[in-house]
Amino acid sequence: MQIDVATPMRAGTASEGPSALSVEKVTHRFGSRLALDDVSLDVPRGSFTALLGPNGAGKTTLFSLVTRLYDNRTGAIRVLGHDVRREPAAALSRLGVVFQARTLDLDLSVQQNLVYHATLHGIGFGRARQRAREALDRVGLVDRAKDKVRQLSGGQMRRIEIARALIHRPDLLLLDEPTVGLDIGSRAALVAEVRRLIASDGLGVLWATHIIEEIAPGDRIVVLHRGRVRAQGSFAEMVADSAGDLSAAFLALVDEDGASGHAGDAP
Amino acid sequence: MSFVPNRAASRLPLSGYLICMAGICWRESLRFVNQRGRFLSALVRPLVWLFIFAAGFRSVLGVSIIPPYETYILYQVYVAPGLIAMIQLFNGLQSSLSMVYDREVGAMRILLVSPYPRWFLLLSKLVAGICVSLLQVYAFLAIAWFWEVEAPPIGYLTVLPALLLSGLMLGSMGLLMSSLFRQLENFASVMNFVIFPMFFTSSALYPLWKVQESSLPLWYVCQFNPFTYAVELIRFALYGQFEPFSALVVAGCSIVFLIGAIIAYDPSAGLMGRRGGPDAAK
Repeated sequence: MQIDVATPMRAGTASEGPSALSVEKVTHRFGSRLALDDVSLDVPRGSFTALLGPNGAGKTTLFSLVTRLYDNRTGAIRVLGHDVRREPAAALSRLGVVFQARTLDLDLSVQQNLVYHATLHGIGFGRARQRAREALDRVGLVDRAKDKVRQLSGGQMRRIEIARALIHRPDLLLLDEPTVGLDIGSRAALVAEVRRLIASDGLGVLWATHIIEEIAPGDRIVVLHRGRVRAQGSFAEMVADSAGDLSAAFLALVDEDGASGHAGDAP
Repeated sequence: MSFVPNRAASRLPLSGYLICMAGICWRESLRFVNQRGRFLSALVRPLVWLFIFAAGFRSVLGVSIIPPYETYILYQVYVAPGLIAMIQLFNGLQSSLSMVYDREVGAMRILLVSPYPRWFLLLSKLVAGICVSLLQVYAFLAIAWFWEVEAPPIGYLTVLPALLLSGLMLGSMGLLMSSLFRQLENFASVMNFVIFPMFFTSSALYPLWKVQESSLPLWYVCQFNPFTYAVELIRFALYGQFEPFSALVVAGCSIVFLIGAIIAYDPSAGLMGRRGGPDAAK
């Protein structure tokens, strides 16, 4: 396997300003278990960056560090140039998140869920309602605003969660395996939705997944396995040595140290 | 949305803090309205104690004149403040524990990605919980009034600050417990190991001098139980009196529990991160 490990960091190049997200040399352990080992990655603005890794690779741990659920004791994590440790408020206010687990209040209406989230970002109720309508409009669910979340389908809930993550107009959107549990149609629609947002708003998106089909030519890819970044670069760079087959390239990367147990997780 | 980082937004204005707290309280009240079952059970629990337990024991337990009471009182009058504190104890533990272990877990993560400081988010959550407990307490007092538990009219007003303080103590205690003990995952074990011991080893059901007469070790336990002081604070306040020592103990415990909870939820203190890994927070 010849893929170059980790292309050089592009964070902070003068012409573009800081990256949407830059993670530098972050190591994290839970007790004696090493969850992330010297992880560095970069999500430029306006890019779709896929964080590709089998289950247990450390994707959720990385998300927890970026969202300040845990503290990064080593290295640095910056959102739009704001260090999450030193300027948590500045970093978190530019960040939208869709967690892997469903985090909507099922008994509240769609609009109530969105307005609540807006107030958590200090947006007053009147403006929050307006933003909620706008955000729902973008994901095509404005007619469901008054419905209880419980009445929606899984795919619709995910779209609501994306609308919610956008309500405070972040520059970086994190999605942790957002298509888990969705059928193929909803999955494709969701990916297309997020790609539209990148095109229209120039958001930086970090999309964690273990599903190769969600990745398109033109995306940036970071392969994370057993807490380490095995490779990162453009789609073309990734598949250069495997005749355009990303699946093969990915399996080779995660297989190379005999992790056959994990390889089965990737379809 | 623009590429240029919005510098102005990185300073959090005071109005934003108020909006944030108002939003948290608003959501809590919506959930409360939606969950009529929770309100009903929160009300039925102390009423069962009042109607059945107190009625049964009024002939057995005579309560002599002790402050703040100026006459002989019926047993149900004596237990009412303890039952009020019990409402707040249940409410505090229920909301805090469900926040972490139940389906609210996701909601907790959403709460914590707010750019406002964590101590402020936790405090807002507590304030929201206290507001809900106040509704429950006043509903209980209204029903108890028809059961001869009649405090002086001014007492219904003077009890309010006491309720705020005791609600803060019991709520922050729940919050601290929810972050420290992963074993207390179901509410039944919380009932067994926290609520019942706290309730029974306090002055809620019997005056402390009676406890001292029958068992000195138990009396010491009661003396060190913060719940005792919450009960006494409420008892005196309900009769328009201020009990400084209880207020001091309750305020002190509130501060200790609150600081403990804030440290436990602070990512740089890392208590959450050190235990278990991502699954611990899912």
